[in-house]
Amino acid sequence: MFPKGTKRKFSDAGEEAVGGGGGDQGPSAASSSSSSAAAAAARTLTSSYSLQRQSLLDMSLIKLQLCHMLVEPNLCRSVLIANTVRQIQEEMTQDGTWQIMTQALAAAQCPADRLVATEVLCRQTDPAAQAGQSPKPFSVSGVEEGYHSEEVVMDGDVETEVTMSSLSPASPHASSASYLAGPFGMRPCWEEEDDDDEEEEGDCEEDEEEDSEECASEGEEAEQDHLRADSRTGEQVFGTFEIKHPAPPPDPALDELFSDVDPSYYDLDTVLTGMQSAPKMGPYDLLESLSSHGPTALSSSSSCRSDLNELDHIMEIIVGS
Amino acid sequence: MGEDAESPKINHTFLRDYVTEADVISTVEFNQTGDLLATGDKGGRVVIFQRETESKGESEEAGEVGDSGEYNVYSTFQSHEPDFDYLKSLEIEEKINKIRWLPQQNAAHFLLSTNDKTVKLWKVSERDKRPEGYNLKDEEGRIKDVSTITSLRVQNSLPCGFTVPVLKPTDLMVEVRPRRVFANGHTYHINSISVNSDGETYLSADDLRINMWHLDITDRSFSILCDPDLFSAEFPPHHCHVFVYSSSKGTLRLCDMRASALCDKHTKLFTPFTNKSFHHQCKVSNRETQFFLSGSVVSECPAHPQVHEYLRSKLCSLYENDCIFDKFECVWNSSDSVIMTGAYNSFFRMFDRETGRGVTLEAWRENSKPRAVLRTRRVYTGGKRRRGDVGVDSLDFTKKILHMAWHPAENIIAIAATNNLYIFQDRVNPDAQTQ
Repeated sequence: MFPKGTKRKFSDAGEEAVGGGGGDQGPSAASSSSSSAAAAAARTLTSSYSLQRQSLLDMSLIKLQLCHMLVEPNLCRSVLIANTVRQIQEEMTQDGTWQIMTQALAAAQCPADRLVATEVLCRQTDPAAQAGQSPKPFSVSGVEEGYHSEEVVMDGDVETEVTMSSLSPASPHASSASYLAGPFGMRPCWEEEDDDDEEEEGDCEEDEEEDSEECASEGEEAEQDHLRADSRTGEQVFGTFEIKHPAPPPDPALDELFSDVDPSYYDLDTVLTGMQSAPKMGPYDLLESLSSHGPTALSSSSSCRSDLNELDHIMEIIVGS
Repeated sequence: MGEDAESPKINHTFLRDYVTEADVISTVEFNQTGDLLATGDKGGRVVIFQRETESKGESEEAGEVGDSGEYNVYSTFQSHEPDFDYLKSLEIEEKINKIRWLPQQNAAHFLLSTNDKTVKLWKVSERDKRPEGYNLKDEEGRIKDVSTITSLRVQNSLPCGFTVPVLKPTDLMVEVRPRRVFANGHTYHINSISVNSDGETYLSADDLRINMWHLDITDRSFSILCDPDLFSAEFPPHHCHVFVYSSSKGTLRLCDMRASALCDKHTKLFTPFTNKSFHHQCKVSNRETQFFLSGSVVSECPAHPQVHEYLRSKLCSLYENDCIFDKFECVWNSSDSVIMTGAYNSFFRMFDRETGRGVTLEAWRENSKPRAVLRTRRVYTGGKRRRGDVGVDSLDFTKKILHMAWHPAENIIAIAATNNLYIFQDRVNPDAQTQ
């Protein structure tokens, strides 16, 4: 779940400290008592808590998608996962982190000729911001058609750097949590520097920096790995996915995830009859793009890779080659 | 302690998941007398064990349990087959979710078994005689060609020359036949069934609704409750007009069916204290309704917070590997003084209701020989570590004890640990009443 090495230790320490969730009765919750250490601990707590929360969100969204595979999912389980997602979203909204994510996504817009974009994603489409940007050191070149790696640096008030690899169209139901999705382990990794205009609390600044630093370093290598490995297959899959639903407004999107289960089955049918063996792309298309942790994305992409091999096989059969 | 293993195990761990997935036991249930024990597994099979009865003359001296109480396989049958929902393009698992025995009314035994969608009523009967001496059938039961009948039997002959077939004793045969199939009652997965004390009706509950069925009518059921937060439902043992259902929030609601046809307003509500946190929402749902045998309602399991307390620090990993959605059954003993539930790492725990003290035991074949006394285990959570303590990080979350049953009269428990069935007996206090 957490990558190895320093990050794991970091998160483990934080995990135990916040293990009780709302209640702080974990066995190791009683850490230092000195004020300076407490402040440091509090900051650590916050940062690791937000990491943990982020990974919970990612896990939840992955579970929602993968559970619609062969057997009808347990309603209780689906409801609990959805409630968890909703609760995290509420907390993040209160923290202001949700806004950051939303705006970051909106800032790094996909072009208008995408098959699908949510209202959130399209709202601030700003081709001017995207075009004419100087390429970053780790921009990827030589990608196939239909596959874009975009880096957006927004100047001006919002000093936000967002590096996105946008592949296929994102799910319309992804709401504000939808990053431009790569189905193949591409996930955005953004660096943000809080700005007074944008942020409600300046407290987050340090946390964000910490996050983003780690994120960036991981993002580079993981991203490049993914791009090299998956660019070949990306094109094949794009042509075959269909997104059926129109873009809903972001907030009810989560409700719509569970208030009406049936359309998801139609999606599944379409996907299955379209001989897709890759994980279902549909309302729950928040897969590998969500996590800002590299290894999580890696594992997802490897599962996608095996599915893509099957997909290749099926495509060959269909094409008759 | 007696031990009885169910199916043969394969020790090659690399084969384990592949070979024995269908053998994973998914429910355990004693009948009302405790002589029969039924288990259902993921492969849709039901195995019934019968307790060997010792004649009085052979029993040991009073107070010594000795050999009595061994359970041996009585019958095995395939209850449910995998199915496919064509409308939703989804498979329907054949895993048996629940088995309930009907009160015995004649020589045959009846049980209800259910998978996610369909409840079936099975009749289990014995046959130890068979007719012999057919005139028109040969010994295998095939109709004889009339032209080959050249002579008629003389023995036991009637005036017209035919003989009357007689019943001769034969080896005991156990026949299991499906008598009713109750299908299409549920949109979501059936999680519990409960037979009414009137012996005529039963209820089946999924995550959203409770249906009431008549045992003789398969094409209709009454939806007596719709609640999006349903967890399990149960009839009390002696009152046929009320039932209780629990929700994932941990509340229990008592409904009286005499009040109205649709029981969406509860008569009584029991709410235990709960904390709010991401995972506690999931944790609280690991609870099943259970009735005291005396008829009073379980309002809260006082030991519940202590059962999995040591897992608090692992909640994220449990969420990731879906273990947080594991539903551990709780069972009471016959005198309602002790409650038992399962845990990970093949541990199970018992709590005394009065004293609140608990003990942790392990159901793992490598660590216990037949008739050996189980030693208590402990999960190490801090403080002084004793030898034999198991740390939270070394718990094996794939070895979970979800299903168990307690004999209705004696201190005999049946524990299902993946594909093994363990039967333990209290040698010190074999009868519940003496405890």
